[in-house]
Amino acid sequence: MEFLVASAVGVLTAGGVYLLLRLRTFPVILGIALLSYAVNVFLFASGRLAIDKSPILAKYGEASYTDPLPQALVLTAIVISFGMTAVLVMIGLGAYLEADSDRIDIEDTEEDTGA
Amino acid sequence: MLIIMALLPFLGALLPSLMIRAGRNACAIFTALPTFLALVILLILSPSVMRGEVLQAELAWLPQIGLSASFFLDGLGLLFAGMILGVGLLITLYARFYLSGEDPMGQFYTFLLLFQGAMLGIVLSDNILLLLVFWELTSLSSFLLIGYWKHLPEGRQGARMALAVTGSGGLAMIAGMLILGNIVGSYNLTDILQAGDAIRASDWYLPALILILLGAFTKSAQFPFHFWLPQAMAAPTPVSAYLHSATMVKAGVFLMARMWPVLSGTDAWFNIVTTTGLITMVLGALIALFKNDLKALLAYSTVSQLGLMTMLLGFGTQVAAVAAVFHIINHLTFKAALFMTAGIVDHETHTRDIRRLGGLRHLMPVTFVIATISALSMAGIPFLNGFLSKEMMLEEASHTGLFGSPSALPILATIGALLSVAYSFRFVVHVFLGPVRDDYPHKPHDPPFGMWAAPALLACLVVLIGVAPFLAEGIVTAAANAVTGADLHPHFKIWHGFTPALWMSVVAVVSGAILLLQYGMLDRVWEALPRPEAKTIFDHLVAAVVAGARRVTEITHNGAISRYLAIFTIASVALGWVAYSGGGLGPRTRDLLAVPLVVAVGWLMLIVATGYVVVNHHHRFRALVLIGVIGLTVSAGFVYLSAPDLALTQISVETVTIMLLLLALHFLPKVTPRESSLALRLRDGAIATVAGLGVGGLAYAFLLRDTDTISDYFIANSYEGGGGTNVVNVILVDFRGFDTYGEIIVLGIAGFLIFSLMHALLDGPAAKRLRARDYSQDRSHDRHPLMMVVVTRVLMPIAMVVGIYIFLRGHNAPGGGFVAGLVVAIALLMQYMASGFAWTQARKRIEYHTLIGMGVVIAGLTGAGAWLFGQPFLTSAYTYVHIAPVEEFELATAMLFDLGVFLTVLGAVMLMLYSLSRIARFAGETVNMEPMDYDPSEHVDDGKVKV
Repeated sequence: MEFLVASAVGVLTAGGVYLLLRLRTFPVILGIALLSYAVNVFLFASGRLAIDKSPILAKYGEASYTDPLPQALVLTAIVISFGMTAVLVMIGLGAYLEADSDRIDIEDTEEDTGA
Repeated sequence: MLIIMALLPFLGALLPSLMIRAGRNACAIFTALPTFLALVILLILSPSVMRGEVLQAELAWLPQIGLSASFFLDGLGLLFAGMILGVGLLITLYARFYLSGEDPMGQFYTFLLLFQGAMLGIVLSDNILLLLVFWELTSLSSFLLIGYWKHLPEGRQGARMALAVTGSGGLAMIAGMLILGNIVGSYNLTDILQAGDAIRASDWYLPALILILLGAFTKSAQFPFHFWLPQAMAAPTPVSAYLHSATMVKAGVFLMARMWPVLSGTDAWFNIVTTTGLITMVLGALIALFKNDLKALLAYSTVSQLGLMTMLLGFGTQVAAVAAVFHIINHLTFKAALFMTAGIVDHETHTRDIRRLGGLRHLMPVTFVIATISALSMAGIPFLNGFLSKEMMLEEASHTGLFGSPSALPILATIGALLSVAYSFRFVVHVFLGPVRDDYPHKPHDPPFGMWAAPALLACLVVLIGVAPFLAEGIVTAAANAVTGADLHPHFKIWHGFTPALWMSVVAVVSGAILLLQYGMLDRVWEALPRPEAKTIFDHLVAAVVAGARRVTEITHNGAISRYLAIFTIASVALGWVAYSGGGLGPRTRDLLAVPLVVAVGWLMLIVATGYVVVNHHHRFRALVLIGVIGLTVSAGFVYLSAPDLALTQISVETVTIMLLLLALHFLPKVTPRESSLALRLRDGAIATVAGLGVGGLAYAFLLRDTDTISDYFIANSYEGGGGTNVVNVILVDFRGFDTYGEIIVLGIAGFLIFSLMHALLDGPAAKRLRARDYSQDRSHDRHPLMMVVVTRVLMPIAMVVGIYIFLRGHNAPGGGFVAGLVVAIALLMQYMASGFAWTQARKRIEYHTLIGMGVVIAGLTGAGAWLFGQPFLTSAYTYVHIAPVEEFELATAMLFDLGVFLTVLGAVMLMLYSLSRIARFAGETVNMEPMDYDPSEHVDDGKVKV
């Protein structure tokens, strides 16, 4: 189980980074989405994995619980990463509509004309 | 008292800008008022200081870093404070008549008072960090004053140069002062002054000395930093008289005097300070002689006189220190008077060019008298105060050797004095004497009394001290004792007998006069000589630095974001590797959990989907769908791994994210062109693989090992302290409520940001482009399908109830404000999707902005409510209530807080998607009047439906 989670985080990170390095806005946004998954799962996993130990206090009897703190942190992180993605999308959209191109790099016009 | 005095100019600085509406006289009076009050306080305090007491006052500011607003007043501080405030009053009067009607006078006086406060702060600070703050404030306020005439390019350039030079010197000084504070272990000046031996013995003495002297030399325009002072002459003359003769440029001298007991007395001090002072004195005097601009002449003479004071302090003897202090006073009186007369001449004749002046004594007799007295004092003529201190300087110079040569210093000092005689005479002879001319740009006459009153008063002082020097003994003694830390009783006499100094003086005056007689010839020689122009050198230097900075920027910051990201990723991985290789990996303490088949299938789905997204990201729509798959798998993973709250949040966020991206994709190209070369893709692939392996490996490593956690506290106290059994929710709204409060504010800001971006976009050229583009092919023929409209309408109340349910149970079971907000948002969004944007928008009653605002306010008020009960912010209270048909449930203030979270999340999410879909309206989306495209109640004929 641990291996599956760790490898999933690794694969999501790798995919996210690869897309992040593309040259157009949309793949970069997708890359950030993948990276957000990876980071969220990574943070969540730092509380260690547990099955059937939800951090909901049992009314009766003794029970053991998983670590609730990373969950609380990740919960807000998920919502905030949505906000961030939305801002990025808007900026990307604005840039595309203003410049009529969705490239993320500034073209080196001086070099182009000089060469 | 002391603190009030130090703060008065700052408090008063607002008055002039306000009072200018009541007229120029009222403005000047209200500028003079705080200065006058401060001066009165100073006079009240002065008797005890003159007796040798040191007054102290302290206010704690940042005690953690050793910074406190502590002030002290000793003899040196008294002298300088008196000069600053006294001349400040005179300048206020003078400026009232000097500034013309078009100049914004209120602004001028405000700057002037700011500067005065900063200067006063320097001389009164008992804490070197505080002193540094005031030091920088004088640089800033003098920048404002030099550039006061914003329309003049020289003014702006001069201001910039002054700021660059004195500001960078100030930076050096900060470093020096910090070293000093470290050696002593205290930043209090009184402590530092006691620790002279320890400082001089320290290894760090030389660096500290050099750094502090850099600050002092730049401020006091010492060679080779002298060039900024003449450039600063573009300032209005009151500024030149105040800052550049009487006060600010003396701040460096003041600092050297202040630090004199601690830093002086070593070879390094003697060699650096004496040599710099000497060079500055001679060089400044030489340049001054050949300047044709009245103010430039005075500026270089100031440079030269400052060099004289620096040199005296450099000697390191007590008598020299007394002479330095005495000369500070004398220079203040004659130089401020000279600057003001230069301003009067400029004001009356409309020129400052000496070559166009001459013969003014008949036209401006009063000004002539004032100028002559002051200039002769500067030349060092007996019975004027300049003579006394210059004599003392020559006396000291006559028996001081420099670099092993006993005669070098006396000769150079005599040359300096000689040159200063020449330029002082020139100021009088070439401006006031000679025949009256008829080609002045403006016919001059003496100015009104108000304008010459201030310089006349100073000229009286020049004569008074010159004739009766014992009058100045008291204050000079107090100041000199503060500088040297000794108990001196100097007596000033006009006649010392036939000392070497007297002969040097005689030589200087006679040869100075001869020099001026030969001025025409000398001037031609001077013009023919090649000489480096400091301003040009400085400009080249600045240009070179700017070019260098630009080159570095172009190399490192060339606009290729993908490159920065690649570098960033590699750097992160490398740092991680360094950290890893620096430590060790503990033993494995956790067993692996079993992997059921379903989980393995889910994992496989995730891997395949990610791989597909990466490989086929060119087809944006397909990639987006698969992102959804990944998100859902992650949510399922959360469910399985005991994180129900996360699963709920993830799944609802997933939904809105995909909607958002779909909306955006509508306006973006549908495919990404293949433009990266194979090499580039391989490179990126390699970077990505390394990053993935690093993160995955790290995760695997910690998953196999146990750790200490603080969460036991939360689990133990969740019910008793927070009143809820859902620990995650209790952490969010109670234990870590402050974090959550910050997060919802950030989310709200993100919503507003998107909204305003959308507005900015639709007001710009993008709107035109949107209108011009044809999106009709993308459009479905059945945009608002009947089935969907009906289903969403039916679902709406159900979704609302679910949302409320999730919200209410959140404290005890999975759910809460975040999830509930998202669920309700999705329910509303479905209406937008089914019936179109405009149709739904018209039926909306509450603005989303209001929702965000209400949410933040409710959460904030809930937190603040705890204050009413004497508890810290966000302390929660709860109780259980039982209402007959419903099960027992809990009422907690935390729930009110969660309501705030709920409203903010709902408002922010809706505002974001609303903003995006508003763009669609601009893209020519038609507005439907009916909720669906086909109205089933409408008549059907020919088997065709009417649209």
